[in-house]
Amino acid sequence: MKKENNNSNIIEINELNKWYGDFHALKNINLKIKEGEIVVVCGPSGSGKSTLIRCVNFLEKFQEGEIIVNGTQLTDDVAKIRSIRSEVAMVFQHFNLFPHLSIIDNLTLAPIWVHNEGKDEAREKALKLLDRVGIKDQADKYPNQLSGGQQQRVAIARSLCTSPKIMLFDEPTSALDPEMISEVLDVMIELAKEGITMICVTHEMGFARKVAQRIIFMDEGQIVEENDPETFFHHPESDRLKLFLDQILTH
Amino acid sequence: MPTFELQEQRKAPISQVGIVRWLRDNLFSSWASIGLTLFSLYLLYLIFPPMLDWMIFSANFNFGTVDIFGLEIKFSEEMATNANCGREAACWPYIYEKFYMYIYGFYPRAESWRVDIVYALTAMLFVMVRVLRNFTHKNKAFLVMFIIFPFASFYLISGGVFGLEHIETHRWGGLMLTLVIASVGILFSFPIGILLALGRQSNLKVISLFSTIYIEFIRALPLITILFMASFVLPMFFSEGMNFDKLLRALIAITLFQAAYFAEVVRGGLQAIPTGQYEAADAIGLNYFQKNALIVLPQALKISIPNLVGSSISLFKDSVLVLIIGLMDILAMVNMTSNDPYWLGRETEGFIFVTIVMWVFLYSMSRYSKKLEIRFSTDHKN
Repeated sequence: MKKENNNSNIIEINELNKWYGDFHALKNINLKIKEGEIVVVCGPSGSGKSTLIRCVNFLEKFQEGEIIVNGTQLTDDVAKIRSIRSEVAMVFQHFNLFPHLSIIDNLTLAPIWVHNEGKDEAREKALKLLDRVGIKDQADKYPNQLSGGQQQRVAIARSLCTSPKIMLFDEPTSALDPEMISEVLDVMIELAKEGITMICVTHEMGFARKVAQRIIFMDEGQIVEENDPETFFHHPESDRLKLFLDQILTH
Repeated sequence: MPTFELQEQRKAPISQVGIVRWLRDNLFSSWASIGLTLFSLYLLYLIFPPMLDWMIFSANFNFGTVDIFGLEIKFSEEMATNANCGREAACWPYIYEKFYMYIYGFYPRAESWRVDIVYALTAMLFVMVRVLRNFTHKNKAFLVMFIIFPFASFYLISGGVFGLEHIETHRWGGLMLTLVIASVGILFSFPIGILLALGRQSNLKVISLFSTIYIEFIRALPLITILFMASFVLPMFFSEGMNFDKLLRALIAITLFQAAYFAEVVRGGLQAIPTGQYEAADAIGLNYFQKNALIVLPQALKISIPNLVGSSISLFKDSVLVLIIGLMDILAMVNMTSNDPYWLGRETEGFIFVTIVMWVFLYSMSRYSKKLEIRFSTDHKN
């Protein structure tokens, strides 16, 4: 019955509330994201943007409201959570590569163990993906031998390995040296062109302007304003967003 | 206009390197340090010359004619006896005479080849681990080896199958028994320890509570108490006629004891793994067992290697405590053999011999741990 409404919305978040102990981290979040849409979430630190996208693949539990991903409602059910996680991939701020495994093993882990693919098949696919992010020649090295930018590109390749429908990016460039940010953003822009659904928490306003179809501004655990990039940057409605844009764009 | 010229690297000044520099830095850097150095040298002078004299220069090496693998080496006309051996210095013929007791205990001489095979298998295990390192299916091979090895060793030593004479455990003794106790204790308590450590970290409150209580209870007890419990108190609960092997009881006690210590060591490793690793494992869809087996434990155990080996070394040393419940391990053999009326009063030689044997084993373990650490390192930090 609900499925009909969800057809165009791959993610649907209704009346989401989350607390850390007594702290009200997310307040009445309502958000609908269409398949293939590219959404950038921005806002000052502590505004709940990371918490929001971490709720989408259930890395964070929430107390009230509902999240429906690809027609499946998130509950405590372990099997459901795992099935959602195989469709929702996540890229972290600190890459979170597995340091005891080589790059290629980092990539083939989920296909082999979660999706029961053959070793050779998984390896071939992984090498293709590494080629796509431009680090095929590093396949047999270990994560700590790579630069930050390369590590983040490996992390992106790793999350693509399971052919996810949705990609979540949690400040993917915040931990990088300025010189390496663009190489990661380039990969993300390439991805955006391919029609994968992306939710991206980032402070890279240039990236947001270039690829986002919608930008969401959060503060104090609430969605303050959401708009297309043009309106967002040039005709902000709320004073809070005006102030925020003032602070980040003057430098 | 300023230009950039790369300057050549130079060698460090001569005063920064070499032995003189080392001596000055480490032994003679201040008056206090000079004093301590001289005092230490004096102590060494007091201890070492008499010790070496006792152990080697004045010691008695009259073994008679020794047959080493068919090669006959003549040390003296006749083997020394306790009477003509002298009391001022070591009498090593005593060790030579009692060597069998120290290594095999009361194991029948005709069957001692079975124990020798187990020693050889153990040595082979270490060689195989090296040889198979680059083998494609090495993990499966190792698993099979480590499952077969304990059973093969047990049936070889114990017998009762394939026409081998059954040797009851009260006839096991010496170094063999020490090694059996230590290796069984380490091998079996290790997986239990890992489970307890994971249990203590578990989100399921009942499991976490059980693990915590178990670990804290065992760690608050001395091993001797647990051994006494297993040896004397436990049989009281069993019905009459139910004969539970004494060695088996000791092994269970030691395994349960050591598991608690391993659990704490592994927990230390688990806590060093950043939350990001758990989150990444969750995010790519691994389940609980895959997450621990593929991501968390390999990293946690690697960090724990020095402490795991340290804990194993402690267990090896503690295993000599079984002599108080009447098991005849290598240390018990000292009293046993020097109570022999013919070799009365040779405890000192015995203790020194046991010290050397123990040191060789424990130091090898410690070196091996260092090697493992280097081999499993994937830090690749410059």
